[in-house]
Amino acid sequence: MARVVFIGNFRQLAGGDAEAEIAASNVRDLLRRLGERYPALAPHLDEGIALAIDGEIHQDALFSPVRPDSEVCLMPKIAGG
Amino acid sequence: MAKAHVTTTVNGDAVEFLCDAEQTLLDVLRDELYLTGSKEGCASGDCGACSVIADGRLVCACLMLGVEAEGLAIETIEGMADGDQLHPLQTKFLEHAALQCGVCTPGFLVAAKSLLERNPDPTEIEVRYWLAGNLCRCTGYDKIVRAVLDTAEEMRGG
Amino acid sequence: MAANSHGKTNGSTRWVGTRPVRPDGVDKVTGRARFGADVHLPNMLVGKVLRSPHAHARIHSIDTSAALALPGVKTVVTRDDFNDLPSEFVPAGEMLINYRDVVRNVMAREKALFEGHPVAAVAAVSEKVAREALARIKVDYEVLPHVLDVVEAMAPEAPLLHEDLITAGVEPAPTTPSNVAKVVEFKLGDVEAGFAEADIVIEREFSTQPVHQGYIEPHACIANYSEDGQAELWCTTQGHFVVRGHCAKLLGMDVSKLRVTASEIGGGFGGKTVVYLEPVALMLSRKSGQPVKMTMSREEVFQASGPAAGTRVWAKVGMTNAGRITAGEAVLKYQAGAFQGSPVQPGCMCAFAPYDLAHVKVVGYDVVVNRPKVAAYRAPGAPQSEFAVESIIDELAKRIGMDPVELRLKNAAKEGTKAAYGPTFGPVGLVETLEEAKAHDHYRTPLKPGQGRGVASGFWFNIGGETCATLNLGEDGTIALVAGTPDIGGSRASLCLQAAETLGVDVERIRPLIGDTSTLGYTFLTGGSRTAFASGMAVIEAARDMIRQLCERAAKIWDIPVDAVEWIDGEARPAGSNAGEFEPLSLADLARLAGKSGGPFVGRAQINAQGAGPSFGTHIVDVDVDRETGRVTIERYTVIQDAGKAVHPSYVEGQLQGGAVQGIGWALNEEYIYDDKGRLQNPGFLDYRIPVCSDVPMIDTVIVEVPNPTHPYGVRGVGETPIVPPMAAIANAVEGALGLRFTDLPMSPPRVLKALGDARVPKAA
Repeated sequence: MARVVFIGNFRQLAGGDAEAEIAASNVRDLLRRLGERYPALAPHLDEGIALAIDGEIHQDALFSPVRPDSEVCLMPKIAGG
Repeated sequence: MAKAHVTTTVNGDAVEFLCDAEQTLLDVLRDELYLTGSKEGCASGDCGACSVIADGRLVCACLMLGVEAEGLAIETIEGMADGDQLHPLQTKFLEHAALQCGVCTPGFLVAAKSLLERNPDPTEIEVRYWLAGNLCRCTGYDKIVRAVLDTAEEMRGG
Repeated sequence: MAANSHGKTNGSTRWVGTRPVRPDGVDKVTGRARFGADVHLPNMLVGKVLRSPHAHARIHSIDTSAALALPGVKTVVTRDDFNDLPSEFVPAGEMLINYRDVVRNVMAREKALFEGHPVAAVAAVSEKVAREALARIKVDYEVLPHVLDVVEAMAPEAPLLHEDLITAGVEPAPTTPSNVAKVVEFKLGDVEAGFAEADIVIEREFSTQPVHQGYIEPHACIANYSEDGQAELWCTTQGHFVVRGHCAKLLGMDVSKLRVTASEIGGGFGGKTVVYLEPVALMLSRKSGQPVKMTMSREEVFQASGPAAGTRVWAKVGMTNAGRITAGEAVLKYQAGAFQGSPVQPGCMCAFAPYDLAHVKVVGYDVVVNRPKVAAYRAPGAPQSEFAVESIIDELAKRIGMDPVELRLKNAAKEGTKAAYGPTFGPVGLVETLEEAKAHDHYRTPLKPGQGRGVASGFWFNIGGETCATLNLGEDGTIALVAGTPDIGGSRASLCLQAAETLGVDVERIRPLIGDTSTLGYTFLTGGSRTAFASGMAVIEAARDMIRQLCERAAKIWDIPVDAVEWIDGEARPAGSNAGEFEPLSLADLARLAGKSGGPFVGRAQINAQGAGPSFGTHIVDVDVDRETGRVTIERYTVIQDAGKAVHPSYVEGQLQGGAVQGIGWALNEEYIYDDKGRLQNPGFLDYRIPVCSDVPMIDTVIVEVPNPTHPYGVRGVGETPIVPPMAAIANAVEGALGLRFTDLPMSPPRVLKALGDARVPKAA
């Protein structure tokens, strides 16, 4: 199961959990399951998020693969100048 | 008020135009003669993006009135290359990557040309102070100064 | 297939890493390049904006009748012409955007929220008539108390900018409105336990002033709206697809009916990622039935386009006597300007990113004030928070007598470090930049008497995103490359090099073009240091797509299986058992045969680039301080940064040099000065003094290359990181020279003189 780490205000929305174990094969599955487990988080998962999958940042990437031993950090989307 | 009729020379060509009393030379170059190589970055003489040479003097075209061009010889960036031969400064700016966005580049080139006509062997400090009236926000000036110094050396036959 | 054998980072490259003259260069040294304001259309009108003279005022009424009565005035636009949009955060390319705010920023509705806020606009036959028309518009303002300072704006009694703004990110949600739009918090480990492990704890409060991106080309556009509801827009922007999206939304258009062309862009640095004039020009053109050109004056640029956030930052760092940093904590208060959305979130995430820390806590406040809405500026949010942390790191090093580079090396983030903002770093180059710094001649050269030396490191994430590219093979074997990211600093050169490398052809045979919004699929803007990376990935993909087609065609011509064809050095060669059986077919051969053998070759890519590589840099600076005038002179400056791979090293160096000098301006001179009525007193380059040529020395650069594994040639972004370290590096150097620690920017001559004077006055016992 992938280990999901909540960064920033996502921790608050996850009821204070710092981490969660989620079984998912890609980002879409992972977000869906996260939304089921944490209803307060659900509305925030559609937009404005980035995922660091084993350190590599993925934004708007529903089909990026997630491995069973992946560390996935849920963090705010990053833009730039 | 009727427009003024002005006769002048731009890049060696006789030019006539009509302009309002308050129109600057920069307005005339850009909006009446469609010579848009001279840029408006500030309209207050602070950025040098509109540098032109008027009768041998380096000026900001935004600080001169169009009517003041009467009888003068105006040189702009559009006249810097000789036919299809780039001026050595233009070539060196390209070789040294002395431009990024390029909007300040015409002003820098005109100002640098004016410097080298007066002083063919400037020091780095002289280049920096001569070009202090031209703002560049992209390059940090390093490659511009190098390009000017390198051009000077080449033009001296170094 | 064969094409996949190209573009690996290992092994030498033929084009990537070389320094050809940029393909758009000649146009830019001859004045031929067309920037935002360089286009004229037949029958064109001039549009001008009437701006609020007040920092905060309720708008009771706007009477435009006298303006409309003026001969030559074709139309007037006010708030009544734009439909209000509901408060809803929607994706709009760059982060989330609230169109309710965008529509108000473009044209004030209930209130004017900053001096310079657009209130009305006119289109007239000339600039002169347009100006006269503006003077005839009567606006009934009720002037309200205003607030400029971030801390004052957070006070309970502060004037409210938005009567309905409830702070987000706080549980339970507040019941009363305030100017605090959002509170964000980032936590790692247990910060209290971390400080308990420390022998030394230093905490300081810092402030930075808003600074403008200072692009030399003011905002400019031409809109041409036709009677059939379609429109063309020409504008200077970092992202024409993003402009299209915003304008279509504000004008209620289908995006397919709005074709946006990005002009050459005269600098942006993040400031040209949003819309100001464009929707207004479109509305004026729609109402007048004529093309409308609009340009901002420099004064308007300063008054009403986005600066970087001014900030108040409190930071605290704990360390053992052995130089191991145990914990970091910070509170960031960022000005958002008139509407929410400061970059406080990335500010929080970057604050401690250079360090391997177990315990971090950063809290950020996004605060609205009566100033123009901030816009991105190079590594948005990071310079302010990293200035604070890097200043304290320097002080800690001095406290234990350790070399500041050594201290950073001891604590530097590296591959496998859990970043202070959460994820685990892949390969990153901070340690390499620090090692280069330590070994650099600059760092080993003794200082002259009275001088000070400072170092600081910096971090930025870099991004990828949606990106398209097309390669069109011409009938003579030359190639037109079409990209969708406006070229702001030489990226066309870098894209051509990546295409040439992948195809194995001479870079001179590839001519680049930035396509308009109708010629290419959606492409996110130039920003986030993404262009060489993400458009590069797209161009490489497009080249591979073309190679696949070329190999298939060669196989058909030779009548052999496609897997028996390989693409080497720009030509198709028979491979395996067919090797040597046929003469290779070059790109030019295949181009010539294209028509008869199945049609033209077009390589395409439409990707969402993931896996951008974070970038670290370390700067070294020597300063001299004139004790009589308070002027700080930069004597020597060296930038060391990990580029992953420098595709065109000259333009990478240029990014490092330019970013450093912008940072020098931020550190030493640049600030907005307001009067007591909230009116900007220095909206021009004379009084808002960006560094000029005689202010700075040569900027030495060292490019470190720790490849980004997700990019075929190892590219990371480079554009943003260089503006992060200068403020702390210079403050650390000034401390070295004077023994005085500056925590408030800019370190301008009056402030330095005052600090010197204060230091001379003996402290009361």
